[in-house]
Amino acid sequence: MAMPEKTDLTCNELVELVTDYLEGALPTHDRLDFEHHLVWCSWCRDYLDHMRRTIELTGGPDESEPPSPLREQLLDAFKDWKRTRET
Amino acid sequence: MQRAAATTPALTEDSAIVAALRRGDEAVFTTLVNAYSTSLLRLAQDFVRTRAVAEEVVQETWLAVLNGIDRFEGRSTFKTWLYRILVNKAKTRGVREARTIPFSALAPDGDDEPAVPEDRFRGPDDQWPGHWASPPVPLDTIPEQRLLAREARGRIAEALETLPDSQRVVVMLRDIAGWESEEVCEALGLTEGNQRVLLHRGRAKLRAAFERYLEED
Repeated sequence: MAMPEKTDLTCNELVELVTDYLEGALPTHDRLDFEHHLVWCSWCRDYLDHMRRTIELTGGPDESEPPSPLREQLLDAFKDWKRTRET
Repeated sequence: MQRAAATTPALTEDSAIVAALRRGDEAVFTTLVNAYSTSLLRLAQDFVRTRAVAEEVVQETWLAVLNGIDRFEGRSTFKTWLYRILVNKAKTRGVREARTIPFSALAPDGDDEPAVPEDRFRGPDDQWPGHWASPPVPLDTIPEQRLLAREARGRIAEALETLPDSQRVVVMLRDIAGWESEEVCEALGLTEGNQRVLLHRGRAKLRAAFERYLEED
């Protein structure tokens, strides 16, 4: 991996800018620094991959079923709603 | 006709969900309730005092979904709409109970932990100060199966649970409910900048939990 010039953004600084970058909130100059850093730093690309994957997983399907009484109450409410709707 | 398509549309297909609810498809309603109610309940609990009230809020939300389904125009996704109803109802209840979270007051909440611990980076005396000393593991070296495992999502859900309230609410609304930042700011009375700080800190902790999961044998 090519080593950076001393004046470049450091990895430590980059990780704190990741959200601003993903949110499109970085001023143009900072965004270009950020993207320039990513070109030569595979470790920070890996970090960004982690972050993207984490965000995806966070929004992924929730495997935990809702607590039982609530679940049954909701299904009963649905049946009532359907009955009213059909009459 | 394919039987499966009629009864179990993918939860991502909004038009199928809406059509199924309009015709009173119980299987689809059950799937939706199973998929979303735990998150809805978790979020409601951040706005009201008790678990019992949070459960009532979730019930009111689903009823409002059913009663409003004929008027749903698909200008937002179903999921975004669902969480919008929940937050409105939870806020109303929270106000009545005098327990609105003062999100604006919580804003950057004295939590100034770095996204990644300092000791993962090279020190000031190193030739490359501030660059990775202990870099993140590349995802392409991890079997896809492991990345997609139910457990990966489970670890992130556990970490979500341990976030400060304001960070958790922002992360849930952005990354689970799929809201735009403007809508989150408006609902919680946050500035764009504060919303981003909370999102950043919350996501960084979830990523750290994901990384710990990846590094286990």
